[in-house]
Amino acid sequence: MSGFFKSSVGRKVAMALSAFFLMFFLIIHLAVNITSLFSENLFNEMSHFMGTNPLIQFALQPVLIFGVVFHFVMGFVLELKNKKANGVAYVRNNGAANSTWMSRNMIYSGLAILAFIALHFIDFWIPELNTKYVVGDMSGMHDGNFRYYHELVEKFHNPARVVAYVVAFVLLGLHLAHGFTSAFQSMGITAGRKKTLQSIGKAYSIIIPLGFVIVAVFHFFNH
Amino acid sequence: MNLTLKIWRQKDSKAKGQMVDYKVTDISEHMSFLEMMDVLNEQLVNTGEEPVAFDHDCREGICGMCSLYINGEAHGPDRGITTCQLHMRMFKDGDTITIEPWRAAAFPVIKDLIVDRMAFERIQQAGGFISVNTSGNTQDANSLPISKIAADEAMDAATCIGCGACVATCKNSSAMLFVGAKVSQYALLPQGQVEAPERVKNMVAQMDLEGFGNCTNTGACEVECPKGITLENIARMNRELMKANI
Ligand code: HEM
Ligand code: SF4
Ligand code: FES
Repeated sequence: MSGFFKSSVGRKVAMALSAFFLMFFLIIHLAVNITSLFSENLFNEMSHFMGTNPLIQFALQPVLIFGVVFHFVMGFVLELKNKKANGVAYVRNNGAANSTWMSRNMIYSGLAILAFIALHFIDFWIPELNTKYVVGDMSGMHDGNFRYYHELVEKFHNPARVVAYVVAFVLLGLHLAHGFTSAFQSMGITAGRKKTLQSIGKAYSIIIPLGFVIVAVFHFFNH
Repeated sequence: MNLTLKIWRQKDSKAKGQMVDYKVTDISEHMSFLEMMDVLNEQLVNTGEEPVAFDHDCREGICGMCSLYINGEAHGPDRGITTCQLHMRMFKDGDTITIEPWRAAAFPVIKDLIVDRMAFERIQQAGGFISVNTSGNTQDANSLPISKIAADEAMDAATCIGCGACVATCKNSSAMLFVGAKVSQYALLPQGQVEAPERVKNMVAQMDLEGFGNCTNTGACEVECPKGITLENIARMNRELMKANI
């Protein structure tokens, strides 16, 4: 079995498994963010639950971190191996004749997402960890109110940050426009090539990034 | 028509090659691409130059010998054909045509436009066969019931001619379309299923050993494949390998 994951096919299966997990995570994350559009209370409650529930913090969160790190490290490994397999470059190569731009540039859309994840960690995640586990304040409170909603609103005051978010999510959309169905194909699931899953993939790759963008833009203009 | 050709010239496997410009005149649009190359070579021979080396054999799309990366595409701009089936009417008078060999680390150039595709041969030898007793007491093939669907799919997979256009086209120089087709043609039939787990393991292992890349599912290979081999064959190979490892 360990030989399987060292094979070219096995690496792709592992890549797809980590990607499925990330795509599932994005749905949950967006569902929480969307509540901030209509209910400060609900958003605070959900954020507090996500941030303090031991099952989520100590079971799911490590899996998520592993999933993200595994996905981009394997992305780089595959990219390097593929470059090595190429040999001499073509003088003239018409890639657009037979494949989409998204499928040929997964490493670049991926790198943009990686840069975004770094920014996102500095913005939200490191301060969270600091408050909860370094300072030791698990209450989620600030001046007698839940702090989550206010932190969110404050971050999205900065137009530069909003622009960076929007650009990153457009690239996430491009990554997923190819990635969603590609992951099924890697798993050997032929349904990924059929109309239904292609439509679901298209919808997913537009709705998910658009949802995150709407949240950021909404708070920028509303406060 | 009159054409400018930009062709990769390389003396032998060790030499450093380069693109060289040639002119050909009065090319008929009814000629095949290889006939046009013959005209060029005749011209070169007449002026005492070394003709351009390129692979070909049947010249009717069945042997898989002809190759050539033409204007940035394997087997040129047409679909569902090999280079020997490419017609000059796909081009216009005054066109400049770039002609390069297949590019992949596992397909080293031997001379000019000829590459070494023995890596495919070694993958086949690793498992692309069934072990049957052929000493005269072979069972009648028709005694095994096979569904029409499986028979058709196996036949479609078996039409792969091993040309290597899939590898040449792939941005990762992956051989998965070829290996997927070769695994599938047996995996779909009862005769092939006996050795299926070992076959897929050995063929994938050999493919990796030869230094082919990994599939990103861009689908470029199935667009350029002269025989219409589909990505479903890669999915089947992936399933076969997973099954073989459980
Ligand atoms: C939440 C973030 C991300 C999601 C949801 C995601 C999703 C996906 C999906 C669904 C695939 C297709 C998997 C397959 O073909 O089997 C994929 C492939 C890929 N991802 Fe990501 N990805 C994310 C972040 C990243 C990051 C940060 C990188 C960093 C470089 C990256 C690099 C790649 C590469 C290179 C591939 C193509 C691998 C290949 O098929 O050769 N991704 N991603
Ligand atoms: S799969 Fe198609 S492109 Fe690849 S070797 Fe076979 S016939 Fe040629
Ligand atoms: S020469 Fe045989 S397929 Fe082209």
